[in-house]
Amino acid sequence: MKQFFAFIKKEFYHIFRDIRTMLLIIGIPVAQILIIGFAVSTDVKHVKTAIYDPSHDTSTRQIIQRLGAGEYFDIIRILQSPGEIDDLFKKGEIGFAVVFSENFAGNLYHTAGIAGQARNDNAASIQLIADASDPNQGTVATAYASNIISGYQQELMQQQSIPLMIIPEVQMLYNPSMRSSYNFVPGLMGLIFILICAMMTSIAIVREKETGTMEVLLASPVKPVYIIVAKMTPYFILSWVNLIIILLISVYVLRVPIAGNLVWLNVFSLIFILVALSLGLLISTLVNTQMAALLASGMGLMMPIMILSGMLFPIESMPKALQWFSCIVPARWYISGVRKIMIEGASVRYILTEMAVLIGMFIAILTISLKNFKTRLA
Amino acid sequence: MLKYLIQKEFKQIARNSFIPKILIALPLMAILVFPWAANQEITHIQVAVVDKDHSTYSRRLTEKIAASTYFRLTVWTDTYENALSNVEAGKVDIILEFPSDFEKQLLTQNRAKVYIASNAVNTMKGGIGSGYMTSIIRDFADEIRTETLPVTYSHPSLSILNSQLFNPYGDYKIFMIPALLVMLLTIICGFLPALSIVSEKETGTIEQINVTPVKKTTFILSKLIPNWILGFIILTMYMLLAWLVYGLIPAGNLIAIYFIALIYIFVVSGLGLVLSNYSSTVQQAMFMMFFFMIIMILLSGLFTPIASMPDWAQTVTLFNPLRYFVEAMRMIYLKGSHIMDLGKQLLALSLFALFFCGWAVMSYRKTN
Amino acid sequence: MLEINTNIEKPYTPTPPLGGRGGVIETIDLTKCFGNFTAVDHISFSVEKGEIFGFLGANGAGKTTAMRMLCGLSKPTAGQGFVAGYDIARQPEQVKKNIGYMSQKFSLYEDLTVKENMRLFAGIYGVKENLILPKIDETLSKLGLTAEANTLVKKLPLGWKQKLSFSVAIFHEPQIVFLDEPTGGVDPITRRQFWKMIYEAAERGITVFVTTHYMDEAEYCRRVSIMVDGRIDALDTPANLRAQFHAENMDEVFTKLARKATRIES
Repeated sequence: MKQFFAFIKKEFYHIFRDIRTMLLIIGIPVAQILIIGFAVSTDVKHVKTAIYDPSHDTSTRQIIQRLGAGEYFDIIRILQSPGEIDDLFKKGEIGFAVVFSENFAGNLYHTAGIAGQARNDNAASIQLIADASDPNQGTVATAYASNIISGYQQELMQQQSIPLMIIPEVQMLYNPSMRSSYNFVPGLMGLIFILICAMMTSIAIVREKETGTMEVLLASPVKPVYIIVAKMTPYFILSWVNLIIILLISVYVLRVPIAGNLVWLNVFSLIFILVALSLGLLISTLVNTQMAALLASGMGLMMPIMILSGMLFPIESMPKALQWFSCIVPARWYISGVRKIMIEGASVRYILTEMAVLIGMFIAILTISLKNFKTRLA
Repeated sequence: MLKYLIQKEFKQIARNSFIPKILIALPLMAILVFPWAANQEITHIQVAVVDKDHSTYSRRLTEKIAASTYFRLTVWTDTYENALSNVEAGKVDIILEFPSDFEKQLLTQNRAKVYIASNAVNTMKGGIGSGYMTSIIRDFADEIRTETLPVTYSHPSLSILNSQLFNPYGDYKIFMIPALLVMLLTIICGFLPALSIVSEKETGTIEQINVTPVKKTTFILSKLIPNWILGFIILTMYMLLAWLVYGLIPAGNLIAIYFIALIYIFVVSGLGLVLSNYSSTVQQAMFMMFFFMIIMILLSGLFTPIASMPDWAQTVTLFNPLRYFVEAMRMIYLKGSHIMDLGKQLLALSLFALFFCGWAVMSYRKTN
Repeated sequence: MLEINTNIEKPYTPTPPLGGRGGVIETIDLTKCFGNFTAVDHISFSVEKGEIFGFLGANGAGKTTAMRMLCGLSKPTAGQGFVAGYDIARQPEQVKKNIGYMSQKFSLYEDLTVKENMRLFAGIYGVKENLILPKIDETLSKLGLTAEANTLVKKLPLGWKQKLSFSVAIFHEPQIVFLDEPTGGVDPITRRQFWKMIYEAAERGITVFVTTHYMDEAEYCRRVSIMVDGRIDALDTPANLRAQFHAENMDEVFTKLARKATRIES
């Protein structure tokens, strides 16, 4: 046991002597969370919009005013002819266009129509044109605009006391101010933790292999398991420090509250950190140079994790086969768990699956790497 | 001189036990797997209906929602609490609640309330879900109005027509393929050079180079050009597979794509070399590159719209070379923009390329 | 102790006084400081063309730092140095054209073959393309490494690596070759072969500037300087030094001088 602590001490010396690297390890996640947490929103907002309005009447003006009032549309152009639209789209100057029909208000009030069948020749019509080269932005902008316009219509109807009205009252759960950082911060945490931890451990062990000091360690009477645990301990503690700083930032700077149990959030995060550290360990048993270790853990993991973890792209929108495939990405489980326990404030029993999967992953990865480690160096 | 150094770089890459594998695996994943996953479309929103009324109308509206393509009815219950715990378990995204006097109110007062509670952790899903829900409810009201009041009557009516330009089927894969290509080129042509000079520092071979009369520019070019060739191969392979697998052919000019990619690779590789020059260990270089990489990728409009960012962040993106490359690639690939439409992007990328490659030459020190 | 091969030993000829013009290496008060630490402290000496010059000193005495300045790898803090007629501070790239360098730590590309390493450095030094391959074959057969031409360098034993490094350093026929502890860690037989190669190079007119730890090797040099704490405390032929310090061999000379050192060995 004494030797074991001596090893841990040695590892701490290694890390704390290299101030520059340590500052990077602590500073990078913090800076990334800060910058990206503030800057990036997955929502569609401030879509640059052009309007063609040949009618110029009260109704069109009211609709335009409503479209421009929210944060979804920025009306940047009032067009003279609908022919300009195509060019503006091609140049990328607008992402959305609204075209009103002629004599809009007149048609709106005086078309006698059967309810639900307003599409006759004289109906007031609005054409919504979206740049769907980003299909998401296209559909979302269209949906937002339709909502605003229907809302206007609904109001007109209420003024006229139309029979049989169903009035929906909408409540936004967990995120009433509709801030996309609530969704994004947990994703960012998952991405950054797994990459930083994997890079740290993979290189720490490969470095000793490269310089040959690993053989010296293995020649000592200490069991290989202890050597590995000793190597991981300082990084584990360092990651915990990182976790605490990041949680403080998200609560006090990014204003993403921790709605759930703080202790369980910590426990859950530390399990994930263990998975990430053991992943680095696994990589280090498979490669021989520091460069390969870093390329595998940094370059190799970055893209799959960003895309398959549910951080940016909802898992449920993926085809079934990929939904299954994404199950092997540890960050997927972490991100989903953090969203539940941190944002929704769900109690720990709702993340038992996530927790069990991560613990299972940790044990599996650790066992495989220890096996590799022994056969490689024995 | 340059020739020998470039040959050396290629031999080193080819002999590495790991790099060739990842150079093949990553692009293949990026074209065969990731386009299916990189999808932000909101579909199959899961609904819980809390029906306290158990009336004909509440049941009919429930059926209408269940029949819609946007929604999937997963829970049907009597209590809101039950529905909410399903939200927390991740099984439900949106709750529709009928109060116990729903039908009575509707028929006697001519107006009735329903309650919608939408999980807004994912704001887009929350917003769109509740939007779709309200429009179905409105349609339903129209429907029952037509049935019960067969006489035509006058009410404000307008029609909304949608058209989606450039990608009318809304296939997200087509949108993401150029973006994933951009990300792939950034990662490969950024990380490899970031490690290349500093790893020579660590192995000591840089000393043997520094004591030769090799020109700084020559040495930096010998690090840039292999990357450029690798990028070129990956670009070609990727576009070929995009055509074979997805039938996607760039709408614009191929030469324009190669030209702009060529400039861009010099930008990221130059940045990588600058970081490599300033680092003393491969670990430092990797961490620094990782930092810039994440910021550059997430602040580029690659995955999230730039317009949704706060003003200061939008200003920051003006200094992000990746932003211009994404814009240019999407414009050429999807909209068929001409290279003349890309003046701004070309100018910005050329300046970045000059800046970073120049800096890489300056910061490489043969004499300490 | 190694036996001295009398066949290759050179007769002693007197040299011009220190600091004289006309040496292929000239330094005047050359100094290098790292912060408060003065690694090389005002050293002045001159090396003649074709000479084998031994540069001795304990670990941390400043040998490698001085040599790196002479090679244009490190800028002097003060003082002047001329190598092959070029100012090491102002014209380091000109200096580099005229020298070869073998560093203490093996620094050829381990993931290239023997032949590829030679070709690479020949190309960098601008050896004409049609001359490279014949010369590689010639050098390899002289080294007895022909069979290993296509072997990756990392698979060679240390002694062979050192010989290869030396061949690469003189492949382009430089005026001067700098060798930083070239025989560190190799067996006595290889060391003797190595010194044979050094003598052959010197016979072709290449000036050899060599640092070493082995005092027996110091006897092979025509002149020897001994550095203590960043200064040159003694500089003369091995025979004169032995006489001056009333010592039986160079080992004793070195011990007497090094005892004065106050710096902690690094």
